[in-house]
Amino acid sequence: MIKEKSQGTSIPVQRQSMADYLSPLVRDIKPSGIRRFFDLVSTRKDIITLGVGEPDFVTPWHVREAAVYSLESGKTQYTSNAGMPALREAIGHYLNDSFSVDYDPANEVLVTVGGSEAIDLALRALITPGDEILIPEPCYISYSPITALSGGKPVGIETFAADNFKLRAEQLQAVITPRSKVLILCYPSNPTGGIMTYEDWLPIAKLVEENDLIVISDEIYAELTYGSKHVSFAAMPGMKDRTILVSGFSKAFAMTGWRLGYACGHEEIIAAMLKIHQYTVMCAPVMAQYAALEALQHGMEEKDRMVESYNQRRRLVVKGFRDIGLDCHEPQGAFYAFPSIASTGLSSEAFAQRLLEEAGVAAVPGDVFGLGGEGHLRCSYATSVTQLTEALDRIGNFVHQLKQG
Amino acid sequence: MNELQLKVLELLKEDARRDAELIATMLDQPVAEVKEAIAAMEQDHVIVKYATVVNWSKVDDEKVTALIEVQITPERGRGFEGIAERIYLYPEVKSVYLMSGAYDLLVEVEGKTLKEVASFVSNKLSPIDAVLSTKTFFILKKYKQDGIIFEENEGDHRLMVSP
Repeated sequence: MIKEKSQGTSIPVQRQSMADYLSPLVRDIKPSGIRRFFDLVSTRKDIITLGVGEPDFVTPWHVREAAVYSLESGKTQYTSNAGMPALREAIGHYLNDSFSVDYDPANEVLVTVGGSEAIDLALRALITPGDEILIPEPCYISYSPITALSGGKPVGIETFAADNFKLRAEQLQAVITPRSKVLILCYPSNPTGGIMTYEDWLPIAKLVEENDLIVISDEIYAELTYGSKHVSFAAMPGMKDRTILVSGFSKAFAMTGWRLGYACGHEEIIAAMLKIHQYTVMCAPVMAQYAALEALQHGMEEKDRMVESYNQRRRLVVKGFRDIGLDCHEPQGAFYAFPSIASTGLSSEAFAQRLLEEAGVAAVPGDVFGLGGEGHLRCSYATSVTQLTEALDRIGNFVHQLKQG
Repeated sequence: MNELQLKVLELLKEDARRDAELIATMLDQPVAEVKEAIAAMEQDHVIVKYATVVNWSKVDDEKVTALIEVQITPERGRGFEGIAERIYLYPEVKSVYLMSGAYDLLVEVEGKTLKEVASFVSNKLSPIDAVLSTKTFFILKKYKQDGIIFEENEGDHRLMVSP
């Protein structure tokens, strides 16, 4: 029993447990389904995992070496809050060269601790409690909880395998209300591998304009597209000022552990995000910033090699699932396949759990990614060809036995 | 060499046991064309052999390897070719390179013992008329060969499941 100290005229409150001290916003956030599954997987040995949401490449040596050199040179201080000017400039050039979006490094680019911080900053900067935040699903697991933390109301929009998990105007239109404020986009998509083309974006951009929405576009997988080049939502006509482009170095340059990302957008919004950033984290780690600069300056060839390698494995995995008899839409981005396991009659959760226990393969049940995820399994193909081949064999046998029994 | 052959070659270089079906899937090409590309490269000796990279330091009957710098007087009309052949035909010789710089041939020789390699140098290599001088360097440890790191410290450190 913990007793609140009585101060002045305030009424003493009896708190029954430590949980009563917690902010209700935090207390009410559900633990992530991935976490639950992680705990289950951790109890097992000798499994093949397709559950990893990060590249299987180690950061290229020249990038690591740049960070080592920065340490040797004593570059261990704070940088400017928004990130080193040289890095912001490099990001500006890179985005312009690669995706035809034009940002002023001086006040439209903010270097953050991973794309995750950028998403958090953007939502905190924008949300007034009660605002509705529109989120196409299945999607990355953090958007809804972070929205809720700021008092926003997450509104899911279900997308479908038959439509390659694209966001359609009528689906977006159906959830728009006068309280709608922000649309969070994540294409190429984790977990579906779905992408949006210029033509796909056009009607969405029109709706965004008509309904005066602002967009947080998480383009962390932008470099990982196969067959067509990624189209940034910020590059759509009239959308630059309505878009906060979020990206980072994790996926394209195999730099997950460095925690380095960035946000680009209208200077007033970036200034607001910078305000939160400077009070909470000051600046992104300096050695990671030097590494990121090296990656942008000299890492493009290596990046292209990695993308080509993902593409080869993507083809292998998609064909593998189809040969097994599982429907698998063609993922055209990121490094995930999202096959349907509905034909087995099992739920995603039951399938994933039995696959782990009976076949020794870990993959993330689709339902943890929100609406439209049930009936699917997220399989990362960022793992060696040998492991993928073995995993597909095991899944094949497992599904075969399920369908017979 | 066409583009497909080059791509096939890269995948085989990573793992020679990959079959045509797997490679065809990875490259999104018809199996027949991949088989044809492999056959053509074998025919042309682009693909010379499918061999195994061995870390001999893990094998009990360890081997001794030396790199030998060899200075040579080239032959009129044939340059280094004839003399290089005389050297590389010895089974003890694992590789021979013609080099720019202070010497001419770099010869890799393998033997069971130090003595065996030394005896090869003094009894076989040095007595060749055209050989002016040799410098022998014994290899103490192999860290990396043909792009393959022998003692892999960079294992998979990723969490088993992550978002």
